[in-house]
Amino acid sequence: MKKLIIFAALSVVFTFYCGEEKKEEPKEEALVPIDPKDDIGIGPVKSMQLADIDGKLVKEGEKVFKLKCAACHKMTKRLVGPPLEDVTKRRRPEWIMNMILNPIEMIQKNATANALLKQYTAPMAQQNLTEQEARSVLEYFRKYDSGKK
Amino acid sequence: MKKKTLITIVALSLLAAVAGFANCGAGAGGGKSIAERAFVPPGQYDEFYGMISGGFSGQLSIIGLPSGRTLKVIPVFTQDGEKAYGYNEETKPMLMTSHGFIPWGDSHHPDISQTNGELDGRWVFINENNTPRIARIDLSIFETVEIIEIPHAAGNHASPYLTENTEYVVASTRFGIPTPQRDMPVNQYKGNFKGMTSFVKVGKDGRMDLEKEGFQILMPGFDYDKAHPGRGKSHGWFFFTTYNVDEGHTLLEVNASQKEKDYIAAINWKKAEEYLKAGKFETWNTNFAHNVYDEHTHMATTSWGKKVRVLDPSKLPGLVYFLPIKKSPHGCDVDPTGEYIVGSGKLEAQATAHSFTKMLKAIEEKKFDGEAYGIPVLNYEAVLAGEVKTGLGPLHTEFDGEGHAYTSFFISSEIVKWKLGTWEVVDRKPTFYSVGHLMIPGGNSRKPFGKYLLAMNKITKDRYLPTGPEVNHSAQLFDISGEKMVMINDFPTHGEPHYAAGIPASKIKDRSVKIFKLEDNKHPYAVKTPEKTRVVRKGKEVHVYMGMIRSHFVPDVIEGIKVGDTVYFHLTNFEQDYDVPHGFAMMGQQSSELLVMPGQTETSVWYPKKPGVWPFYCTDFCSALHQEMQGYVRVSAAGSNVPIKYTLDDDPVDVE
Repeated sequence: MKKLIIFAALSVVFTFYCGEEKKEEPKEEALVPIDPKDDIGIGPVKSMQLADIDGKLVKEGEKVFKLKCAACHKMTKRLVGPPLEDVTKRRRPEWIMNMILNPIEMIQKNATANALLKQYTAPMAQQNLTEQEARSVLEYFRKYDSGKK
Repeated sequence: MKKKTLITIVALSLLAAVAGFANCGAGAGGGKSIAERAFVPPGQYDEFYGMISGGFSGQLSIIGLPSGRTLKVIPVFTQDGEKAYGYNEETKPMLMTSHGFIPWGDSHHPDISQTNGELDGRWVFINENNTPRIARIDLSIFETVEIIEIPHAAGNHASPYLTENTEYVVASTRFGIPTPQRDMPVNQYKGNFKGMTSFVKVGKDGRMDLEKEGFQILMPGFDYDKAHPGRGKSHGWFFFTTYNVDEGHTLLEVNASQKEKDYIAAINWKKAEEYLKAGKFETWNTNFAHNVYDEHTHMATTSWGKKVRVLDPSKLPGLVYFLPIKKSPHGCDVDPTGEYIVGSGKLEAQATAHSFTKMLKAIEEKKFDGEAYGIPVLNYEAVLAGEVKTGLGPLHTEFDGEGHAYTSFFISSEIVKWKLGTWEVVDRKPTFYSVGHLMIPGGNSRKPFGKYLLAMNKITKDRYLPTGPEVNHSAQLFDISGEKMVMINDFPTHGEPHYAAGIPASKIKDRSVKIFKLEDNKHPYAVKTPEKTRVVRKGKEVHVYMGMIRSHFVPDVIEGIKVGDTVYFHLTNFEQDYDVPHGFAMMGQQSSELLVMPGQTETSVWYPKKPGVWPFYCTDFCSALHQEMQGYVRVSAAGSNVPIKYTLDDDPVDVE
């Protein structure tokens, strides 16, 4: 009898606990509005000053992009991740750098990256680019987007 | 009644708990309980790497100590379907020998490379007993990178053991054989069979060489069992135990133990180098495989050794001496100072220590008791340092660097700790059961790390939950930091460990490679970017250059393959992050999976036999969408004219 009471009490606690956790689950939400002016993302890059496009860096960036990114990203079409055309118009350079350098934390904590994960389902892979390599990829994107004007 | 039982149980439990604590041993283990001494909390690392031979598994286990966690099993001499070792095209050459491809081996004694007699953690070497070979494992990638076959040998047991600057790794013959091999009656063994002993040169890059800088010594046809290099003052000498100096060829368990004493062979390899320089060698023609894995091409190749330099000790004075030892010895172990050479006559009730200093004096004063095949036999009393009256059946001795030796006793199932020089017994502890080899990290070097001792047992019986007639071999770990040994862990092992090597984790872990850089990949069939992936037909041969990344293959739909083709899948893993391997398996393929590390390329062959559409998939859970990582190959009948076509997302792979 005593055992039964304890069991019942525990069940109540457990049920209550479960109920509480459910409450904390994030609500269904639409894509987070993206404000390229504010969102720098989370990661090593806090602020950037961009100069004119550096042709040498663009070439480096194209090489790195093909080697470490192109398996999942095309410019004009969705493959695994989003098409990257105009990415420099949609996102701040710091955000792009941080997404490349720190994707795991970004998809968990950055609302924009998290919304993209929901839309594209596959998490962005950590490809361990150096900051210099990521910078060159950004330059490649800048060149690509500028050429389209 | 019930209450009484309860009280009894509680009382017994308390007693057991108290006894357990008492068992901790004063002064040792920092006052920690036995459990605390072996326990490594979640998320923390072991203090030592243990490298335990797999014996008849042919592999090498990497075990964390003191926890006993299995960190990895490295395939060495046996094919491993898990890692595609010996199955993929890149590693098949590793198992090539002069007898052809051999899928299995018997791995025995790991030995870690040394500099100035101390473990340096660059490589671990291990011998193969059945078809004589020595392998080298690179401890930055924990993979087998080289295997050399030893010619003119059989039963490569007294091996691989390294000199104290990794100048040489040795190999010797456990089964006397006609040398060179020839067809002759077995009962004419005596005097006709030989026991070739090899000194394989190890280069600065670790590469082994027998043909140019290595050499062989044509020893009498005894059975060479274990070996140990000299240390410090005895550097330049190498010691080998022999049994069957009777030269029996049948029923050896009786016929090899007739004489009261066998020998330890003391080989002066510095003298051998002088004789080689003076040209006092014969060049023998031979044929042996030398297989080398290249970390940059991710590929092994076989080359063939054709010649070897042979020294004849019966004609070369000062090259070899025999030290008598109680009959049928196994272990041959030199203490960290290089002074004592401990031999263990495995049927006796004692271990015997000879003195290096006395040996040199006896040689100088020519204190010989005859000779064997032209090799002087030194007088037993003249070289003897001490006899340790111990248990029954000593096998092997390790050292703690504090002046103690630890000898395993197979017959009496115990470890005896004794003091070098005074030969007094300090402690003895039982093992479960029939202990073979012991290992103290660095215990065969100049600088042992005398904190733990691992006992590897030959018999397990009731030690763990039963698993049918076959049970894994047991190992027990002792804390030896105090005067008394304390057993702190007990775990099953893989295969049959014959010996182990141990090293502080700090000497290796920070050099451990995490990924292979894609840009450094020199594999001839690598593809580094998705737009270069392709399918190429060359007659009936089809080469598929395929990429992998979380979580798809590129290309993932292939058409134009025909029954009767030989299809090579060359898989490159595009990932550049730690611990993201991808696997590959093709339905109906008569081979193993591939398991491709980031930045690596591996190849497997498929012989499609039936028309249809056949799936392939990633075998290693790689991401949340791992289950989606799959593809199809369309196979058409032989002679059909479906063209080669390969796509991803129904687009060409180089779209854009």
